[in-house]
Amino acid sequence: MGDRTVLSVSCNNEAVNGAPNLAARPRFDPADGAVDVTGLTKTFGALKAVDDLTFTVTPGRVTGFLGPNGAGKTTTLRLLLGLATPDAGSVTIGGIPYGQRPRPARHVGAALEAASFHPGRSARDHLRVYAPEVGVPESRCDEVLAMVGLADAADRRVGGFSMGMRQRLALATTLLGDPQVMLLDEPANGLDPEGIAWLRQFLRYLAGEGRTVLVSSHVLSEVEQTVDDVVIIAKGRLVHASSLQQLEAMARPAVKIVSPDTDGLTRLVREAGWEPSTRFDAAGVAVVYDRHPREVGAAAFRHGLELYELSPAGTSLESLFFSLTTSPRQPEAVR
Amino acid sequence: MIAALRTEVRKITTTRAWWINASVMFAYMVVMAGIMAASFAVSRRAADEAGVAPGSDSFVLDPQSTASSVYTLAVALGYIFPAVLGALVVTTEFRHRTITPTLLAEPRRTRVLAAKLLAVLPFALVVALAGVLGTVLGGAVTLAALGEPTFLADPQIQRTIALSVVALVVWSLVGVGFGSVLTNQVAAIVVLLVFTQFVEPLLRILLAQFDATEMISKFLPGAAGEAIAGSSLYVSSGLAELLAPWQGVLVLLAYAVVFTAIGRLTTFRRDIG
Repeated sequence: MGDRTVLSVSCNNEAVNGAPNLAARPRFDPADGAVDVTGLTKTFGALKAVDDLTFTVTPGRVTGFLGPNGAGKTTTLRLLLGLATPDAGSVTIGGIPYGQRPRPARHVGAALEAASFHPGRSARDHLRVYAPEVGVPESRCDEVLAMVGLADAADRRVGGFSMGMRQRLALATTLLGDPQVMLLDEPANGLDPEGIAWLRQFLRYLAGEGRTVLVSSHVLSEVEQTVDDVVIIAKGRLVHASSLQQLEAMARPAVKIVSPDTDGLTRLVREAGWEPSTRFDAAGVAVVYDRHPREVGAAAFRHGLELYELSPAGTSLESLFFSLTTSPRQPEAVR
Repeated sequence: MIAALRTEVRKITTTRAWWINASVMFAYMVVMAGIMAASFAVSRRAADEAGVAPGSDSFVLDPQSTASSVYTLAVALGYIFPAVLGALVVTTEFRHRTITPTLLAEPRRTRVLAAKLLAVLPFALVVALAGVLGTVLGGAVTLAALGEPTFLADPQIQRTIALSVVALVVWSLVGVGFGSVLTNQVAAIVVLLVFTQFVEPLLRILLAQFDATEMISKFLPGAAGEAIAGSSLYVSSGLAELLAPWQGVLVLLAYAVVFTAIGRLTTFRRDIG
């Protein structure tokens, strides 16, 4: 059975596969859901894996925790979960460090690697193992298997599972304790497009219930349609944190025009009203921001201006992400 | 703690390692006890015919010593099985990286280790019973077939058989401790095999040669295990003396505690993953 056959999923109130706007009702107190990372630092030998990192994850929203491979995402999550000890800084979930909760998995569900299974255990047995410590009855195991679409595979050994099924089982494990806060490391890895679409709706649904959902990824496009907020790190440092909308606003369209007629070009820009958002790079070379090539080309044609070049010069979200994460020290230089 | 214990018990019941362990130990002990019983019986008959009195040569045993040597083979040779059972309880978690979800569900690491020590006991009992049963079965059937007395009604022999079950169970705790120190599964099993099957037997023979070191050999883990049973091939053949059974229990438990403490202060204090 592949990921294909398990898409008809219902989650408590069969809303998961519904319309984009899921009718989930908030059922958690936001005060307990905030994830606070403050001045977090972790060094491995000479490598500063996490370097004075500070950010907050807001309840009721899906936050993308982004950065290239090796940026320190997994290390940050390990520090958040008490699996590793920070050299400096503090990490709290709902105001309390993870390890200080008596039954932490009832409050925080975390999946760090989709490979954390004994291959000889069935999916149900994998969940049954952790149920006592999480503090839930055995019946909960079948509930969460149904939620992630693995009900039919409950008795099969995990060793024979595809990567997508492992991701679902990892997600089911995090859901055992019905946690308010979910921290998922690369949950879309290994999922096929349908699986990703399913995950997207599922995470949106969970956030709609008022849960805090943090998903890490090294590809912005993978989570672009899922997240409300983004926290972007590179080389262990924060390079950007905002809502996705604000990030998108930074990715401005622009058009580069080159003309042999320098005066005509200047006139065109002024008369078209583009002056405030235009940069002249050289004589006869202008970059017009917030316009599209079609618009600029039409205006140049109306003005009878001869053009040597008319090309899109703006920043796509993906290339913005790339430049943010490759020049972490000067995020403001990105235009 | 009850929850942690239930989780640890389920980790063992949901995988096959423990009953494979018990089955293999049973089969291995049937064969080994059979071979040993036959070779003791045959060599004693040869000695009888040659007119050599039992005991005058260290490898010719009288019938009772033969019986007790055969019946304690599980403790003298087979303790690797409960030791591996215990080690796997920890090393499997690192091999399959399940230590991550384990510590997410229960971040109190001392509690996790304590639960593992307790959880292994009932399974170690099954393995120990399988091993001792295999030994007695293989030994007694062979002795009876060769017309030798089996001594199964002898209270001293019965006590030795019962205590060897105890010794094997304690060995599982040493295994848990050892696994928490050496978490690489293959390395842990290889080191356990090499130490218990080659290094310690050689050490005991070597150390027994000198008065100054003879005392040390009694405190080796294998010797402590045999001391719990109160008899062994080594003793019957005059190669070594043993501690009292209760001392054996304490010494072997001390190994378990020391290993586990080292594991807690190294493996289980470090960052995981």
